[in-house]
Amino acid sequence: MPKSMSVVREAIAGDEADDAMAERVATGQARDQVKAGRKVLPIVEGVVLIAALVAPLVLQDYLTVFATRVIILALFALSFDLVWGYAGIMSFGQALFFGSAGYGVALLARDLDITNIFLVLPAGTLIGLAFALLLGGFLLLGRHPSSVIFVSLGTLTGSYAADRLARGWYYLGGQNGIPSIAPMSLGGYEFTEGPAFYYLVLGILVVVYLLCRFLVRSQFGLALAGLRENEQRIAFFGYKAQHLKAIIFAIGGAIAGLAGSLYAFHEGFVWPNMVGVVVSTQVVLYVLFGGSGTLIGAVIGTVIVEGVSFWLSDNYRDIWPIILGLLLLLVILFRPLGLISFVLGERERVGSFGAARKEKRNAP
Amino acid sequence: MLLEAAGIKKVFGKLTALDGAALTVGENEFHGLIGPNGSGKSTLMKCIAGAEVPTQGRVSFVNADITAFTPTERARAGMSLKFQITSVLPSLTLYDNILLALQAQSSLFDLVFSRTRGALHDQVMAMLTQFRLADRAFDAAAALSHGQQQWLEIAMALAGKPKLLLLDEPTGGMSLEERRVTGELLQPIKKHCSLVIVEHDLDFIRDICDRLTVLDQGKVLASGTVSEIQANTSVQEIYLRRA
Repeated sequence: MPKSMSVVREAIAGDEADDAMAERVATGQARDQVKAGRKVLPIVEGVVLIAALVAPLVLQDYLTVFATRVIILALFALSFDLVWGYAGIMSFGQALFFGSAGYGVALLARDLDITNIFLVLPAGTLIGLAFALLLGGFLLLGRHPSSVIFVSLGTLTGSYAADRLARGWYYLGGQNGIPSIAPMSLGGYEFTEGPAFYYLVLGILVVVYLLCRFLVRSQFGLALAGLRENEQRIAFFGYKAQHLKAIIFAIGGAIAGLAGSLYAFHEGFVWPNMVGVVVSTQVVLYVLFGGSGTLIGAVIGTVIVEGVSFWLSDNYRDIWPIILGLLLLLVILFRPLGLISFVLGERERVGSFGAARKEKRNAP
Repeated sequence: MLLEAAGIKKVFGKLTALDGAALTVGENEFHGLIGPNGSGKSTLMKCIAGAEVPTQGRVSFVNADITAFTPTERARAGMSLKFQITSVLPSLTLYDNILLALQAQSSLFDLVFSRTRGALHDQVMAMLTQFRLADRAFDAAAALSHGQQQWLEIAMALAGKPKLLLLDEPTGGMSLEERRVTGELLQPIKKHCSLVIVEHDLDFIRDICDRLTVLDQGKVLASGTVSEIQANTSVQEIYLRRA
């Protein structure tokens, strides 16, 4: 099954035929030459950060609350992007880690009155990590590489099963979930919806983003690129490919857990959808729409998908899901690398990992 | 002996691809594996490399039984493989392709904190220079010609300093000039590495190999030095039969 992973990627991403690949590389190079070493990515990242910093100053209160939710979802999208966009693992059940952490912190708040931010956020992160280690260990850590279909169905089933379990379990509130979670606290201060909560999650997103950025640009990131492009090949170099996958899957689970615990406290309730297939699919769409394999693409995709659905649901109350679906299809058909590919060349997207990359950048 | 494969049998459904094939390779030996189409050359290579698990038989490498080893374990024991189909990573630069191969056995900690990046730089450039690709170091591998991609792939396979390199049709699709250069590029590695090479181009094989093994219908027809094989009448027969 050497090419099976790339086959599935292509089927999902659209028609990424070999000649299209060559053409993209060629146009990417041409673009790189035109810009003479100028990098697009830091500019995009800077613009997004500035926009995020000023947003609460210009937005009405109810929109700041909406923007907070979007930033939490962007954090969740980062987790999926690491797993799929960088390591090529088809996780169709990313909400399992998001939602189980949400339920976990909701129980901490309900049953043990624990709402301290320094306890609940690490707890949520650990819950996401633990579930990802369990599921990842089972799905990825065989002696021989697991097939793509096994991993994607395994994660999907995990998410679906968790959804059913939550619906049927009285302790978890059944269909209704757990309502009225007490606010997250720090000493006497309580984080309620609004600018403070917004800047808190923005700060967390920036920190996690920088950590991810460090990771994917390291030599480990190069190993991930190899994993994503040709898992079998790198096993023949002596890489423990399954271990690499399990590690990145666990990191993804931890980030999803962090996002899930923030989400639970921000919304004030958790419900079965949060662990289920719907949210798992939603995060796939964010990342495909924005551009998988770039961290900023995941963030932009989340903002745009959520923003557009918000606007559409206000203005086209009945048919907005259809419009949104068509938009997503168009992007995936014509821009398999996502919206970010309008400004970002292939060469810069993949990046360089070697010690000489700085010399190269300064070269004429 | 560096590599000893004995009694290798491989059955795919009703097809018996290998029926008791054997191969022995000594240190610093270039060994050619030849035979008509469908004789089982590629399957034998895959069984040795770990890409296929033999139905029966035993493969030992540096005096250890590696029959049940995964490809990763074989690579760590010092065996390397160049696939028949080029599988360089097209979107990465040449430099990163080589670095990816070189850093394969770095620890996770070293990878995450990029601790071997600087130290490996000279080795990367040396490999690229050796394979006449240094001036393209920062181009994407997809931009190379077919022949250059094959060289890059051989360079990647050699990066981990293997004791044994398995080459499956290294000159497939190459021009005459590219074949000649490939021969030149392979000669110097004999100092530290043995080679098993599957190749249709018999002139190429004759030029660089010390010993040959001829497969026919999954069995060894003959094995010996190049001149012994050339004088062997049954080998001449199967090649005549094919022609």
